[in-house]
Amino acid sequence: MKHYSAFAVAREALRYHTGWERAWRSPEPKKKYDVIIVGAGGHGLATAYYLGKNYGIQNVAVIEKGWLGGGNTGRNTTIIRSNYLQDPSAAIYEKARSLYEDLSQDLNYNIMFSPRGVMMLAQTHHEIRGYQRTAHANALQGVQTEWITPERVKELVPIINIDGPRYPVLGALWQERGGTARHDAVAWGYARACSAMGMDIIQQCEVKGVRSENGRVVGVDTTKGSIDCDKLGMVVAGHSGQLAEMAGFRLPLEAIALQALVSEPIKPCMDVVVMANTVHGYMSQSDKGEMVIGGGTDAFNNYTQRGSFHHIEETVRALVETFPMISRLKMLRQWGGIVDMTGDRSPILSKTPLGGCFINCGWGTGGFKSIPGSGWGMAQLMATGHSPLTEAFSLDRFKEGRFIDESVAAGVAH
Amino acid sequence: MLILNCPYCGVDAEESELSGGGEAHLKRFGPGSSDGEFHDYLFMRENPKGVHFERWRHSNGCGKWFHAARCTQTLEVFGTYSAQTTEPPKELKDAITAKRPGWTWREYE
Repeated sequence: MKHYSAFAVAREALRYHTGWERAWRSPEPKKKYDVIIVGAGGHGLATAYYLGKNYGIQNVAVIEKGWLGGGNTGRNTTIIRSNYLQDPSAAIYEKARSLYEDLSQDLNYNIMFSPRGVMMLAQTHHEIRGYQRTAHANALQGVQTEWITPERVKELVPIINIDGPRYPVLGALWQERGGTARHDAVAWGYARACSAMGMDIIQQCEVKGVRSENGRVVGVDTTKGSIDCDKLGMVVAGHSGQLAEMAGFRLPLEAIALQALVSEPIKPCMDVVVMANTVHGYMSQSDKGEMVIGGGTDAFNNYTQRGSFHHIEETVRALVETFPMISRLKMLRQWGGIVDMTGDRSPILSKTPLGGCFINCGWGTGGFKSIPGSGWGMAQLMATGHSPLTEAFSLDRFKEGRFIDESVAAGVAH
Repeated sequence: MLILNCPYCGVDAEESELSGGGEAHLKRFGPGSSDGEFHDYLFMRENPKGVHFERWRHSNGCGKWFHAARCTQTLEVFGTYSAQTTEPPKELKDAITAKRPGWTWREYE
């Protein structure tokens, strides 16, 4: 792998950019790998990367049904924050946020991490109490957040209307070190670093079956033939249920579409991320100037990557009330992704009933922000059989009643 | 937009007039059941990529609960039926089989 640097840009400028190489190889699968990761999204690639970097396990294949980063990694609103209520969540999301800070240097790939601050508006008295509680919990967890007044909100976001008739802004939970990153670049950066370690990223290769012997996984059958492995990691978000069925166990998940949209690009007008959970909408401005808008999930199970139309209307209506100046903006694109929701709205990072087979799923609507932390913990779990980061997120927590209940704390804008 | 025919009042109701109620025909477990049964009842859903039976309430209409059969992959609606039943009517199951041969669902009772 050739190192990206200012020098490299200058060198290539002098020779008509003929020296750039492909960021990752696209090899044919080998007969056998130590570890196979199914799913080349952010979480899968991060798992592979930290397996190689932290544990020296580099005989790894990452198998992908579609194209790299084409699932939820490329479909989210790129928000990074760690202001969760429960201790296990705060630990893994804060780990992820802190890894994002120097991920560009670590991967030698510009992921455009922008710690611009994340603001969660309180628009009811119930929310004031909820967010003040979260701010206190975060102080104990070592996550830097603070409760701010409506005046400070207006100072940070001049385009906001804090005196709305129905839902005035009563304050906000402010995480100054949260922000956004370029979502595609996160997947591409990890892929390039994995490929440089000699790992094989095999796209357009669908897993059709999971083979096991004596209760232990021995390989997978794919559209590119049969591949053997010692350990298998399933990191496929919305389709986790289908993959688990191939491996002979079930998951407490339901698949639902979540959608987002962006406006036409406009001049810089808002340099923080604003989330308004009561009215179900959140918004930030991308580097290109588009207002990036996220809304609520559909009311029913589905695997269509588009989402219900009336949710867009509800989301936009709520945001127009909060940001009156966006009322004349044209919307440019809309898309949806399949999120895998668990009962307590927390993910599952766990061993499974099948030996040597590990699962990372259930991130629901909050997957992007957690990519580095999730990969870090999952790699530790797969390499050593135990990780303090993932311990609380095991599959058996539902049977044992050890829920990590973020459904109340996080609401829809997860 | 999803449009379901309410089997009670006969209205073709749009999605914004309805409230989703999740998977249908759950077998309920309570006191006296095993941990595994209670766990499955609370958390384990069929979550199929295909034929799905589900509960809906005509909340901004007649207010009644009813059932719907729908494909989660294409959003095709196979039909709606009364809430007063523990499994889909045979005609509906036959109609689904004609369109989606090999579809499966757990046992009903």
